[in-house]
Formats: sequence, C-alpha cells, structure tokens
Amino acid sequence: MSAETLSPTTAGQPDSGPCETSVVLEASSVTKTYVLDEIEVRALCGVDLQVCSGEMLAITGPSGSGKSTLMHIVGLLDRPSEGTVTIDCEDVSHMDPNQLAAVRNKRIGFVFQSFNLLARTTAQSNVELPLIYAGVSGAERARRAREALERVGLGDRLGHMPNQLSGGQQQRVAIARALVTEPSIVLADEPTGNLDSRSGIEVMAFLQELNEQGITIVIVTHDSRVADHAQRVVEMMDGRIVVDRRVENRVIATEELEALRRAAAPVGDSQ
Amino acid sequence: MNFVESFRIALKALNANKVRSALTMLGVIIGVAAVILLVAIGSGVQQEITGQIEGLGSNLLFVFPGNFSGGGGGGGGAGGPGAEIRQRFNLDDAQLVQRRLGAEAIVVPVVQGPAVLKAGNRTLRTTLSGANQDGDQVFNADYVVGRHYNRSEYSAAARVVMLGATPASELFPGQNPVGRELTINGERFTVIGQLTERGGTLSGDQDNQIFMPTTTAQRLLGSRDLSSIIIKANDPERIDLVKAQTQQVLRPKFQDEFTVFTQEQTLGILSSLLGTLTVMLAGIAGISLLVGGIGIMNIMLVSVSERTREIGIRKAVGARTHDILSQFVIEAVVLSVAGGLIGISLGWAGAAALTRFVPTEVTWWAVTMAFFFSAAVGIFFGVYPAWKASRLDPIEALRYE
Repeated sequence: MSAETLSPTTAGQPDSGPCETSVVLEASSVTKTYVLDEIEVRALCGVDLQVCSGEMLAITGPSGSGKSTLMHIVGLLDRPSEGTVTIDCEDVSHMDPNQLAAVRNKRIGFVFQSFNLLARTTAQSNVELPLIYAGVSGAERARRAREALERVGLGDRLGHMPNQLSGGQQQRVAIARALVTEPSIVLADEPTGNLDSRSGIEVMAFLQELNEQGITIVIVTHDSRVADHAQRVVEMMDGRIVVDRRVENRVIATEELEALRRAAAPVGDSQ
Repeated sequence: MNFVESFRIALKALNANKVRSALTMLGVIIGVAAVILLVAIGSGVQQEITGQIEGLGSNLLFVFPGNFSGGGGGGGGAGGPGAEIRQRFNLDDAQLVQRRLGAEAIVVPVVQGPAVLKAGNRTLRTTLSGANQDGDQVFNADYVVGRHYNRSEYSAAARVVMLGATPASELFPGQNPVGRELTINGERFTVIGQLTERGGTLSGDQDNQIFMPTTTAQRLLGSRDLSSIIIKANDPERIDLVKAQTQQVLRPKFQDEFTVFTQEQTLGILSSLLGTLTVMLAGIAGISLLVGGIGIMNIMLVSVSERTREIGIRKAVGARTHDILSQFVIEAVVLSVAGGLIGISLGWAGAAALTRFVPTEVTWWAVTMAFFFSAAVGIFFGVYPAWKASRLDPIEALRYE
C-alpha cells in the first residue's frame, strides 16, 4: 500500500488539501488536552484535517491515538482546547452551545458504537428525535422517520423498542436517525464495534450507499478491514495524523454480502 | 420548539420510564396523603372533643377537690400530679351547695370508681359513675330501654344500675338487659336501663360505663367521698353568680383546696392539650413528608446516570439547553402535581374512611403545605441534576457512567 505521509499543511487553504470538490469539514491545528488527576493528557496535538464533500473517510489508529476525540471535535460534541473547526466554510469555534446544537442538528448525523438510542422508546420515536429539535411538525416528522427507517430496511419495525431489536437493527435505527435530517455529513464512531461481522458489513453497506448518494461520511475505526470500505484513510498515532492515504482496493460491502450469501449456500453454489 | 412540543416530549419520556415515574410519584403521594390524613385526625379529634364539651351546655360548673389554679403552671396542670388533694367533698357539701343555690341550679354529686360486673359466667371490668336523680341532666344520657333511677331509689341507695352500650352487649348479648340481675363488685344489682351508644373518643370509651345512685356507689366503694360535684345553672347568663355562690359555700370548709371550672376553662385546658396533640401529629406528618421527599430525591439521583446519557443523546441530535431544561421541568412538574393531586385525594378519601373510627377534619393549610413541599422537592431534584447535565458538553454527557 502506498502511504503518503502528510507534511504539515498550512491551515485555511482548501486548495492545499487533497480535495477536488469543496471542503465540508476542516480541523486546523486542533489540540485537545485533558486534565486527569492533575496530569495533563494531550489527546490531540495540532491536528489538521480536511474532509471533502462527498468523500468517505476512515480515521484509524490504535486505542488512545485520539481518533475518537478528533471525531467528537469535528462533530461538535466536544470543544478543542486550541485550534478551529470549520463546517461548510463556517467557523464554529466561537459558537455558543445552542448554535452548535443547531449545526449538529441540521448538518451532522451521528452513528455511535453503542448505538445511543433512547431506551424504552420506539424506533420511530428515536428517529423522529432530531426532527423534533429541528422544529418539524408532527405529521411531517412521522412521515420522514418512517421513510428513513424504510430506507435502512426496518419499515416493519417502526413500533419496536431498542431492546426488541438485534444489535445490527439497532445500529440501522441509529443510521436512520442520522440521515433523517438529510445532513451533509455523517460521523460514525466504531459503527461496527458492537456488531457481529455480518451485521457489521450490512452497516457498512448502508454507509457506502449513503455515500453514493452524496453524503460525506467519516468513520472512526481501529479495524483496518472496516477502514478499507472508505476512499481515504487517515491513520493516527499519539494525537497526530501519521498517514493520509487513498484506499486502492476499496472493499464494497454489497459484494462482501454477496460472497457471504454464496458461502452460506455451498450446495446451491456447487450445482 | 414550542411549549406544546416540550410538553409532548416530557410526557413521552415519562411514559417511557413508567416505573421511575411511578416511584417518584409515590414519594409525593405518600408525603401528601400522610400529612393530610394525620393533620385531619388531629384537628378532627380536637373539634369532636370541643364539640362534646360544648354539647354538655355552657351552663355547667365542675367542682373538683384540690387547688388546680395555684400551681403557677396555668391550666395545663389539670389533674396532674401538681394538685395535692387533702380533703374531698362528701354528700353534705353537695347538699350545702344545693341549699344555697336553691332553684338557681341543679347540683349533682359524682362518684367514680372501678367496677367488676358479672352476669352468669360473663365478666367485665368497667367504670362506675354515681350521680343523683338528676344525673341524666349533666351526663347527656339517652336510653335505648329502661329509665333513670328516681329520687326514692337514690335516697334508699337502691341496688339499681344503668348500663352503657358496652356492658349491655357484653353481658347480655342480643337481649334486653332491663330487669335482669348482675353482680357488681360482688353485690347483686338490678338493671333498670340501657344507654344509647356514643362511640369512643380520646377521653376513653364512653360506652364502657355504668351509672347508679351516688349513695349506692359510695356504699359499694366503701367511701363517703365524692369525686366531684357538677352544677348545672338553670340560666346560663347567671353562671358567674352561681360560681361565686358555690365558692362562698365551700370556702369556709375547704379554703382554697377546691377548684370550680366553668365550661370555658375546661375547654381552654382541653384545647391547649389537643393543640399539642395536633402539633405532634403535624410533626409526624412532617417526618413522613421528609421521608417522601428523600424517596423522590433518591429516585431522581439514581436515575441521573441514565438520564445524563439521555441528555447526551438529545444534545447530540440537536437539542438546545433550554429544550432539555424545559423537558425536565415539565416532567418534574407533571409528576409532582399529579402525585400531589393523587395524594390529596387519597388523604381525603382516607380521612373520610377513618371517620368511622376516629373523627377527622381535613384542613386546607395541611393540604397546601403538603402539596407545595412535595412539589418543590420533586421539582428541585428533578430539575437540578438535569440542569447540571444540560451544561455538559454532549460527549461528556454521553460518556457519563
């Protein structure tokens, strides 16, 4: 694999990045320092990252490399200690929490490792949640949530509670929730981490499908196999980006599923 | 996001966590119901007893041996160990008073003491009260069957007795006791009447009593003393005069060693006693309220970790700080108000149900206090953790363990 080690780029110059299209997400000199028991821990040390519109990017690295922290910061779930984050060319560094909430609501969808669905709340209501805060009226909300759930193949599970769904189904509900507001970016933090391999591949298939439809996708994963579903991989180590490369033999999840199906039916295959 | 939407979110969240909602409400319900019920009992009993004494008529004087007013302890020492009784009244003293008062008043010499009743193989311990032929005028006695003893029976110290409802039903169950015989403290008596049932109050079981002529009672108890003298003035307006005259008659023999209580004084003493009782019940109620409040607090704090994650999820998908806060405020208000209303109705219903055994009187201040206290506790502990969580960065809330 040809890996191109990034030389430190100058912040705020979109044309210096690897994008052919516009930049939707940009982190410039982002530093994050935690204080744990009076010891300063630097989770991120001046990270620069540009994500292009329509791109599917994977951030990988061992645990503690700062990949999740980076995703939380570009997803506006966390604030950088230093540096700026720009979303759709808008600097969000100086926004107050409510403005950030509005940006998350309209432009970003999240998929988490542990799904983060509201317990004892139906799939339909979970998916409606972002629309409520977007101020969408009840009937419209129900329609859009239903459509999103149908899109992830859960049209028949609208009234199910999370604990009545399998892990893969829960993650699909989470994906439906992420895309129901039609965001420009979907951030997925270890989306396959709690799933069996088949459900994991299915989730990746959905993410690839969303990407085909033009949504920018950023996946955080420690699994290089998962990362190979992306077009571009950023590898992190000790709070720095050490590798930024294009994926050459990109894995297409639908093909994997096809292969699995064939493997599961050897009799049919041999005939 | 408008208020209706916040309200809907809050109701959905409550509905999604039925057990937690129910337990929180239970804290409010118990607190409110307990306060209302206990205060209702306290003030109900107070009213009942006050009413009973007032029912005797405002024209009664109670003359007791011993000096109750000199102790310096105010009216509170009535009957207490502070009053040392050196000399008791006898029938002559009562007669002296009656002679002085003449037609102004009826004087009833009263003897009280323990009695053991036996009829066939049944035995009952009770209290006997001796009075003269006018006893029914001061004891508010009505008859189911039979009659009061008359003057000649009184003079002759006849062995006749009137039974309260309890001795009548215990000794002669399902029968008319009039004309039947029984032994009282080993002596043979004839039943001449049965009193109507009056129900128990704080002052004791008013039905577990028997009445007989004072003369008979004295002989039975082996004493020439009287417990007290009760005087009924024919004209309530002249009660003070009657009191003065009574004191005049008794002073040469007893000096200050006797006390004349008017109805008003008796009421005063009793209501200060009963006031203490109500305060005590209110104290117990306050403790129940506190316990209920701690219950609410516990549920709310225990659910913080789950709710903090919920807040994280909501914030991640775009909830603003005031969306979170309004949801939690509405949740807490709905729970507290619903719990409060259920508590009020339960307390009220309980008070109504208890009137069969204890007089109750629901007071508005107890209702208000209980309701607002519980509501305040519920809202504070519902909102405070949520307020803290709503200020966290979403990722901190999501990570909360």
